[in-house]
Amino acid sequence: MSSVAQKKGFGATLWDWLTTVDHKKIGILYFLGGGFFFVVGGIEAMLIRWQLHKPNNDFVSAGLFNDLITMHGTTMIFLAAMPILFGFMNAIVPLQIGARDVAFPFINSLGFWMFFFGGLFLNISWIYGEVPDAGWTSYASLSLASPGHGIDFYAIGLQIAGGGTLMAGINFLVTIINMRAPGMTYMRMPLFTWTTFVASAMILFAFPPLTVGLFFLTFDRMFGGNFFHHAMGGNTIIWEHIFWIFGHPEVYILILPAFGIFSEIFSTFSRKRLFGYPSMVFATVLIGFLGFMVWAHHMFTVGLGPTANAIFAVATMAIAVPTGVKIFNWLLTMWGGSIKVTTPMLYALGFIPSFVMGGVTGVMQGAAPLDYQLHDSYFIVAHFHYVIVGGVVLAILAATHYWWPKMFGTMLHEGLGKVTFVFFFIGFHMTFLIQHWLGFWGMPRRVWTFMDGQGWNMANFISTIGAILMAVGVIVLVINIIITSVKNVRVSNDPWGDGRTLEWAIESPPVFYNFPTTPLVRGLDTVWIEKMEGNEAGYTAAEPVKDIHMPNGSIIPLFMSLGLFVAGFGAMFRTETSWGLPVLIIGLAFTFVCMSARSLIDDTGYYIKKDELLRDMKRKGGQA
Amino acid sequence: MDLNKKFTPETWPDHPEKATLEAKNKFVGFWLFLGGETILFATLFATYIALKNSGPSGFGFSTQELYELPLVFVMTMLLLTSSLTSVYAMYHLRNYNFKKMQLWLAITALLGLGFLMLEVYEFSHYVKIGFTYGNSAFSSSFFTLVGTHGFHVAIGLVWITLLIFRNAKRGLNLYNATKYYTFSLYWHFIDVVWVFIFTVVYLMGVIG
Repeated sequence: MSSVAQKKGFGATLWDWLTTVDHKKIGILYFLGGGFFFVVGGIEAMLIRWQLHKPNNDFVSAGLFNDLITMHGTTMIFLAAMPILFGFMNAIVPLQIGARDVAFPFINSLGFWMFFFGGLFLNISWIYGEVPDAGWTSYASLSLASPGHGIDFYAIGLQIAGGGTLMAGINFLVTIINMRAPGMTYMRMPLFTWTTFVASAMILFAFPPLTVGLFFLTFDRMFGGNFFHHAMGGNTIIWEHIFWIFGHPEVYILILPAFGIFSEIFSTFSRKRLFGYPSMVFATVLIGFLGFMVWAHHMFTVGLGPTANAIFAVATMAIAVPTGVKIFNWLLTMWGGSIKVTTPMLYALGFIPSFVMGGVTGVMQGAAPLDYQLHDSYFIVAHFHYVIVGGVVLAILAATHYWWPKMFGTMLHEGLGKVTFVFFFIGFHMTFLIQHWLGFWGMPRRVWTFMDGQGWNMANFISTIGAILMAVGVIVLVINIIITSVKNVRVSNDPWGDGRTLEWAIESPPVFYNFPTTPLVRGLDTVWIEKMEGNEAGYTAAEPVKDIHMPNGSIIPLFMSLGLFVAGFGAMFRTETSWGLPVLIIGLAFTFVCMSARSLIDDTGYYIKKDELLRDMKRKGGQA
Repeated sequence: MDLNKKFTPETWPDHPEKATLEAKNKFVGFWLFLGGETILFATLFATYIALKNSGPSGFGFSTQELYELPLVFVMTMLLLTSSLTSVYAMYHLRNYNFKKMQLWLAITALLGLGFLMLEVYEFSHYVKIGFTYGNSAFSSSFFTLVGTHGFHVAIGLVWITLLIFRNAKRGLNLYNATKYYTFSLYWHFIDVVWVFIFTVVYLMGVIG
């Protein structure tokens, strides 16, 4: 196997991508899959806003509106934000810790395909015509009563995608624990790696409750269970607890990697070491811990009693402390730095005020008595869009520009990038700032239309115009990506010129084995240290050139996910068709056979020989 | 990794289950997986405790009348003993004694099978007297908690059977030592979960 590029046919290229276990390619697959669902969720958002742009609008029906809000939320959280972040984690974290791949390349691929087929399953509901319509939280009292197969698509689709997420979480944890390069102690890990680590630990403990909750829902709807049926002794509040025990950590699973991305960007473009690195790490871990202690603040109005509400209110407000630590650290990183306002830096600068506003409204809702007023109003919608769009989506857009050269080997156009930012940023504030007031003025969330003469017309119209501006920003980004890909100007190792972490020490995109020799890490911001000492090679090798062990590609992960995908349809149509049960059994059996094949057939990978490596290095030395 | 490398008890590493990087990854990864499983069972336990004895009006089953401790005691003994025999197997794994390891694992599997058959008997008895899955919230939560444990036992049995037959002819190496070891971790985990089921479901159910 040689790394020298060979001209391959379309079939061979496709096969290569379907069977790949290379973390960089899987990162790109996650990015493309998540990007696709981001567009789907975005179209749903535009339809929602268009329906609400004027009073008494009948652009969509009330039922379709429920479908749209449910699918918008579910798609954006599970199928867009998380997979895109996983894409960056996959592409960047192994490079940042000086590893050649993740700990479990096979499981990495399986995690991607399960996400993809789970997302596909969920979205096939649009084609089938029965769409989930109980909100992304799918509260049991609503979801059990929902007719048709909509909620079944939700329960089974998320079950499959959630399994993939859990695997990805374990994979990142083990990668970071076991595969750091010599000298890369925990307290020398870049912040993006740290936040990936903590977010993965949260995935490990937050996703099993979701798995169980979705099984309960599936059993109740399809297999005669009674967990949430009040008349049969069940309790609908159990779903709310289980969902939020998962759901609250989930929002930190999204925001922590976003914090990591901005930490990298602030430090790189202020050309300064991250201010208060140890306190950043501590704050990350503390947020990860507290994130599990606050789920009932979503349930203040359920009636858990004043004691429970008080405890959860205090715990919720406590999270503002480590988050504040982070905000001040970012500000102080810029203080006295030599700031370069690139596109990623622009997003980072826009992120701080936006996210602080979302955080402050979060503390407001954390006050349980006030939450009784704000509950189920547009204020809530404004709040969570401020933290998720103002935090996570801005981070995703920033990281897209920041790491594009590392992932694809070419730079996105800076000018167009800034145009995207201006449209998106102004559009974002225009859409959601006014919604705080809409909430105060009494507009409830999740209503499909509103009456004239309540004073909500202008605010809703402004909000819709803002949403259109955001869409324009995204379209400019897509144009930017197309132009950049067509031009395809190749860039060097460190195209920003200010890279501090190990991913900038190797070529863009990196060769499939990443590092010809394992790097030696001598401190935080490894590459910056080497640069300051005039080391042209980018990093110091920790070992002589020797054979490299690599994993083999495999089609089994795709087949395993396909089996679950097929079984999902069987489970759904089990009672009403004769083919349902056989299809369920065949699908599961197929997955099981694939698992057994993986276990029984030895697959110990292959070696890249030393002389091949030396030849590669020499060839590249000649080019540079 | 060279699968054909021959070892003697002297050259066999002290911790064969984590002698290579791949093995160390699997070892740590499996411990983390069990952490996630713990949360999964914790959720099932919480739901069971919330819904126990709860059914539609006029519902005729309660934990006191339903559970039969003698049967559950025998099941507990079978599963606890199988955990002990799997420890013997791991002792022989460390000492590079393949035949004895396989023997003790086979005994482990038989004990596990005995447990599972008693559980099937228990469940079918409940169904016969009308305590079916859809009977009440209590029955749903009971069958889901105990059934998920039983499903884990069944998966473990299939796993160890495949391992025993797959490696029967080729003996121990550093590739399959990790597989055997993670199985034993899994088996202990199942055992610990059962101890909690025995206490929380059956003992606390009978007492009150």
